[in-house]
Amino acid sequence: MSVAVATDVPRPVAEINAAGKFLFVAGTVMLCAWVLVPIYLLVVNTLSSPQDVSAFPKTGIPSFDFGSLQFFLNFAGVARALWNSVLVAVLTMVLSIGIGAPAGYALSRFDFPGKATFRMLVLMTRAFPLPLLALPLAVMFIRVGLDDTAVGLALVHTTLAIPFAVLITFSIFAGIPIELEEAAWTLGCNRLQAFQKVVLPLVLPGITASAIFAFTISWNEVFAAAVLTVENRTLTAFLLQSLSVSPMHLKFAGGAALVLPALLFIFAVRKYLFAMWGIANR
Amino acid sequence: MAEIVIKNVAKNFGQFTALHSIDLAIADQEFMVLLGASGCGKTTLLRIIAGLETPSQGEVWIGGRRVDRLPPRERGIAMVFQNYAVFPHLTVFENIAFGLRMKKLPQPEIDQRVTRTAELMHIEQLLKRYSGQLSGGQRQRVAVARALAMEPDVILMDEPLSNLDALLRLEMRAELKGVLAASKTTTIYVTHDQVEAMSLADRISVMNGGKIVQAATPVEVYRNPAARFVGSFIGNPPMNFIPATRVGEGKWQVAGLTMDGPKAGPDRLEFAIRPEDLTITPGGLKATARVVEPLGAHTLVTCEVGGAPFRAVLESDLSVAPGDDLSLLPKSDRVRWFDPETTMAV
Amino acid sequence: MPQRALPYLLLLPATLFLLVFFVYPFVQIAILAFSGPEGFTLKPFLTMATHWKFQTTLWNTLLLTAIIVPIQLVMALSMASIVAKLKTGRNTILYIFTIPLGLSDLAAGIIWLAIFEQSGFLNSVLVGLGLTERPILFLGYQNLWMIFVAVILAEVWRATAIVMVILVSGLGLIPREYYEAAEVFGAGPWKRFTKVTLPMLRPSLQTALILRTIAAFEVFAVVVALGGTTLPVLMGETFNWQFALSDRNVAAAYALVILAISIASTLVFLRVLRTPKGATI
Repeated sequence: MSVAVATDVPRPVAEINAAGKFLFVAGTVMLCAWVLVPIYLLVVNTLSSPQDVSAFPKTGIPSFDFGSLQFFLNFAGVARALWNSVLVAVLTMVLSIGIGAPAGYALSRFDFPGKATFRMLVLMTRAFPLPLLALPLAVMFIRVGLDDTAVGLALVHTTLAIPFAVLITFSIFAGIPIELEEAAWTLGCNRLQAFQKVVLPLVLPGITASAIFAFTISWNEVFAAAVLTVENRTLTAFLLQSLSVSPMHLKFAGGAALVLPALLFIFAVRKYLFAMWGIANR
Repeated sequence: MAEIVIKNVAKNFGQFTALHSIDLAIADQEFMVLLGASGCGKTTLLRIIAGLETPSQGEVWIGGRRVDRLPPRERGIAMVFQNYAVFPHLTVFENIAFGLRMKKLPQPEIDQRVTRTAELMHIEQLLKRYSGQLSGGQRQRVAVARALAMEPDVILMDEPLSNLDALLRLEMRAELKGVLAASKTTTIYVTHDQVEAMSLADRISVMNGGKIVQAATPVEVYRNPAARFVGSFIGNPPMNFIPATRVGEGKWQVAGLTMDGPKAGPDRLEFAIRPEDLTITPGGLKATARVVEPLGAHTLVTCEVGGAPFRAVLESDLSVAPGDDLSLLPKSDRVRWFDPETTMAV
Repeated sequence: MPQRALPYLLLLPATLFLLVFFVYPFVQIAILAFSGPEGFTLKPFLTMATHWKFQTTLWNTLLLTAIIVPIQLVMALSMASIVAKLKTGRNTILYIFTIPLGLSDLAAGIIWLAIFEQSGFLNSVLVGLGLTERPILFLGYQNLWMIFVAVILAEVWRATAIVMVILVSGLGLIPREYYEAAEVFGAGPWKRFTKVTLPMLRPSLQTALILRTIAAFEVFAVVVALGGTTLPVLMGETFNWQFALSDRNVAAAYALVILAISIASTLVFLRVLRTPKGATI
């Protein structure tokens, strides 16, 4: 214990707190700006005329000209690419939840030999650079006639999304006490009825969130889309292939088209996102 | 008619045996309590009767029908769970009506049964609420109402009061006793609280280590425990045990005192007496008071008898101080003897 | 009540799916990487390794990862600590911090392109502030290191949110009592951070590091968006060999290299950041 020196003047507590608080607030503001400013800049470019996009210097204020957007939407192949992206993402969403949710339920309710092996299999898929699978699958798809189809790409994206779907639905189902199902069994339900009447209403928000997450994973995926689609490009494949040749305003409008739905989706599931990622990674 | 017969039921979970060959018969409309500490198998037995677990061997009969291979919904039972299991996404009304809707009863009948049981459990003003808006005690009432509305042959209750605070538990216990008696349903009630068991049961099955040690009326279990375990588990504070050696025919040495005891049998036994069956009278066990706890209604004195702890419940107006030497005389008709090898009563 | 077969039935679709679309192609890749016209051969690996681009590609990828992941870790820790301390506006700030989670790496690349390209915002600011006279060609092939920096910025910007989310949930698991006890025993804020927070965050740190490192090895679209073909990385070369150079075997060899370093780093993290049995919360 140090002896208090006579020359020590105790600083008022409020002063110390103020300094710390300022740093804290400044840090938070800076980090928020760090995240938001680049997106803002993309929006500026998107909402500016093509001339403004290539102009220099930039003012940082959009000219609120929809020229870039119009150009983008009318550009050959863009509308189709958008449609393909939507199609593939919806298919991925349906498949990954349809396949992943039953597995998540089984993992949460039952103890059985092979449970650990299955979990291992699912975890291993996370450790592997999955888009690379598109390479041999491209060959396989040609043989079965699935090459360059939305279904083919959706199957690859589903492989990407299934580990998430399984782990997320697992934690969602695990959050529903089995006693609720047991109570339903004693009140006259068989297993399926108990699931429909008791579990389903309670997990629907969480399942929806993971479905949207699967949609976003598919919407954003680049490598496999570029590998597997030629004529029926998705938006990501389209933008990637045309990066070297497309005019700036096309790139930026395309970027905005990629970003906007994702932003909306994440907003919609923000309550679960964090629980999903946190839990899914345990 | 809903008598329950359990024949030779056992349950293994892998290597672990939760229940060893249980045989039990419960009469129609009897209130049977399964009493024991955690892990004794009481909940497992209840769940086997309910159909939520399948027995590894044995048979379960309800109302003359063999049910052990049937799912819960075909057994004529209703259950109240420890954590109430009130459906969060339904109103109280819909919760109580749930089983009735599954039975496809006409709406007027459903309305009537729901209101009746809600009134019975004093929750009629909560019918439009959701479980998230209810307190623990209210949820518990909903769970009981939901079971009663089914008008089942058998009601099964898994520690329904253990998550309530002490005062609420006391109130609910009394209410439950009244409601269940009036419903004329066979009831099986699981608890680890021996006061609850004594208060509610027609008969108590005391369980330990997957076996039923004694199944008898509360008074019988209290006065004549069939095994050392029952004596030490029932009663608060529990029975006192002192090792005793035979010193003559029918004469036993108990901590320096010679007493009358069993004539036949082994030469070493355990002498047992309940703390409230002792009086301060000359000629009794020599005890030195160590801790004196004045509890209001009586005084609990923890003493040393023959070097071991020994408890006595004495009248509150007696003044005893730590260090006092006392002579505690057991009431002769309340003395019990146990075989230390088999732990059974002699 | 529960039938024996039910869990297996429920797992069947997922298992089958993964077998067909994961295990099977994976095996195919492994075979491809080791085959040639006459059967088993190491030729694809040799071609890959002796190609003039290979060393740079491998080096670039490893260097990028080695720089990006630690930066992300530090930033994510700061963001997570801020979020943990926030009271008012916590949900809004959290949403803002997690926005990048929903973005494709391609989108992130395009966004930072808007900043770094010749007539982009960075140049506008520099010229506007009078720091330079003419706009700088940041992303030209002469300025390889500048492209590097741009990629690092874009990746840090995009993917830190994932690490942050994992850490925030890990932080949430640490009971307040530990901090209070440390404070009572005389630990200041920094000491509390290093002695209480970090050790208890180990499982989350481990998970976050494993996932982020593997993802960093796969960096692709950001690099293409910002640097085209100037900055070769493993994933990009895989793509290249598959399509531009039409040699599927070498592409498969590259894929296996990515897999190998992913597994190696996972094992390292599992070892280094393991928590002793019983030492968890």
